[in-house]
Amino acid sequence: MFLNIIAPPPRKQRSKSPGAQQLGFLLPALMLVLLLSVVPLLRGIYLGFTDYRLGDAIQFNGLDNYAQMASDIYFWQSFRVGFLFTIIVTAAQVVLGLGLALLLNLKLRFTAIHGVLMLAPWAMPPIIRGIVWRQLYDPDTGALNAMLLNLGWISQPISWLASFQLAIPAVIIASVWGEIPKAAVFLLAGLKSIPADLYEAARLDGANARQAFRHVTLPMLKPVMAAIVSLTFMWNFNTFGLVWVLTQGGPGGLTRLPMLAAYEEAFRYGYVGYAAAIGNVMVVIIAMVLLMYLRLQLRERVA
Amino acid sequence: MSRIKSKPLLFQIAAHAALGLYVIVLVMPLLWLLATSFKPTPEIYSGHPTFFPKQFSLAHYAGVMQEENILRSMWNSLAVGVISTVAVALIALPAAYALARFKSAANHLALGWILTSQIFPAILIMIPLYVVLRSLKLTDSLAGLTLVYVVWALPFVLWMLHGYLKGIPIELEEAAMIDGATRSQTLYRVLLPLLMPAVGAAMLFAFISAWNEFFFALVLMKSPSAVTLQVELARFTGMEGQARTGPLAAASVIATIPSVILFGAIQKWFSSGLLAGAMKN
Repeated sequence: MFLNIIAPPPRKQRSKSPGAQQLGFLLPALMLVLLLSVVPLLRGIYLGFTDYRLGDAIQFNGLDNYAQMASDIYFWQSFRVGFLFTIIVTAAQVVLGLGLALLLNLKLRFTAIHGVLMLAPWAMPPIIRGIVWRQLYDPDTGALNAMLLNLGWISQPISWLASFQLAIPAVIIASVWGEIPKAAVFLLAGLKSIPADLYEAARLDGANARQAFRHVTLPMLKPVMAAIVSLTFMWNFNTFGLVWVLTQGGPGGLTRLPMLAAYEEAFRYGYVGYAAAIGNVMVVIIAMVLLMYLRLQLRERVA
Repeated sequence: MSRIKSKPLLFQIAAHAALGLYVIVLVMPLLWLLATSFKPTPEIYSGHPTFFPKQFSLAHYAGVMQEENILRSMWNSLAVGVISTVAVALIALPAAYALARFKSAANHLALGWILTSQIFPAILIMIPLYVVLRSLKLTDSLAGLTLVYVVWALPFVLWMLHGYLKGIPIELEEAAMIDGATRSQTLYRVLLPLLMPAVGAAMLFAFISAWNEFFFALVLMKSPSAVTLQVELARFTGMEGQARTGPLAAASVIATIPSVILFGAIQKWFSSGLLAGAMKN
């Protein structure tokens, strides 16, 4: 997986007899992960099959939550927007990130400065990204309106985040902006791992730059690409902070992504069981999409 | 791809232009924030904002530094970040050693868990965690949040140290153990000095994740004296009131600085062999 990139490659190890000592080393981490991650997660999944409300007794109610979802227009609206948002952001992030990675891989001058500058949006807290874009989009004081008014492209300031037509694109643009560097860094790592002799061979065979890109770069990049697409898809589908600051789900619930919907059900209205059920649906959807995508990737490679 | 020198001039110009465009798009919004933070309030609301401040003022920074809620939330974020970072290093180091040096089913389980945990939305963990922490009286408590952050950063730190440890030859430890050192002595006296760069990078990473984190803090921390900086700033936008743009920009700049600086420090680490080539030039 992509995390391998970060650490040096493993060497061969001689196995030692495991025993009490190993358990001793592992115990603190194991206890924490079990108690505060595995158990809550399993319990969270279970709560999705109950009618639990904070403070009440927990009662198993089978698939009632999911039956309720089927006729809950807010649920459908939220997941429709969530899908749209996730697919567009993931695609834009990967394509634009690939463009940036290719440019950085050209080893032009000043690449060091460019590299550092472009990482800033990645490093900053999502909340601050939201604040930055909120201020850019601000109808009275924002840079965007000022620029468009100066150019004469619009005659009236626009309330980007309050508009039913523009709120979703505005949120998508702000998200893509923050996520491009992440994709670029991992894709650049993938580009650097492509052996130079492959390009040499392609050149000797008379391939031009575009053909080399199509027949060497893209196929060799496929595993990294599959990892990036999968991970960014999961992360984008589970987005919360940025949208929370930008619109709080508005206008009129238009940008209420699934995580925002689940948060509100649980911690604003107290429908904890229903919120957990929404979480379960999110997991199933992500798993299905990943499975479909990875199978597609695999089939192409076999063919 | 790397034989750029043989590429025609036109191509070079186009590539430079494209890269410049990326940098402008990625950096401009940040510069706008920075510029806003230095503009006096009347200038921000003049209706004709310019990119460069016409008048340079530190008033918003001075104002933020006097807001008790923001200062306290900064302190909270710092405390939670530092304590959870130290704790996660202390816990992850022996665990990573065990995973790297003993072969057992635990390895597959642990590494499998690290990867599969990515798929679950935070809400599924948060709800039951909230119930448990509430019964332990650990909601709205910095101790509770610290605990959550330790668990949250643990998988990645573990993974990073584990990978790095596997790259260290085992002969060194064998020599130490032949000399009579115990496993713990080997780990802390022989390996730790070698591991310091990895531990440092992992700790910086853990600190940034805690400092930047929003969702858990939003759910767990309610009282004004306990919220973290991210939650405080998000509340700031909610009650915005127009006159807050300047101070909010200043506070946002302050909140961003630690993350960007620390990220810069470990960026080489992320990129060793990654950005390395691009950076050298």
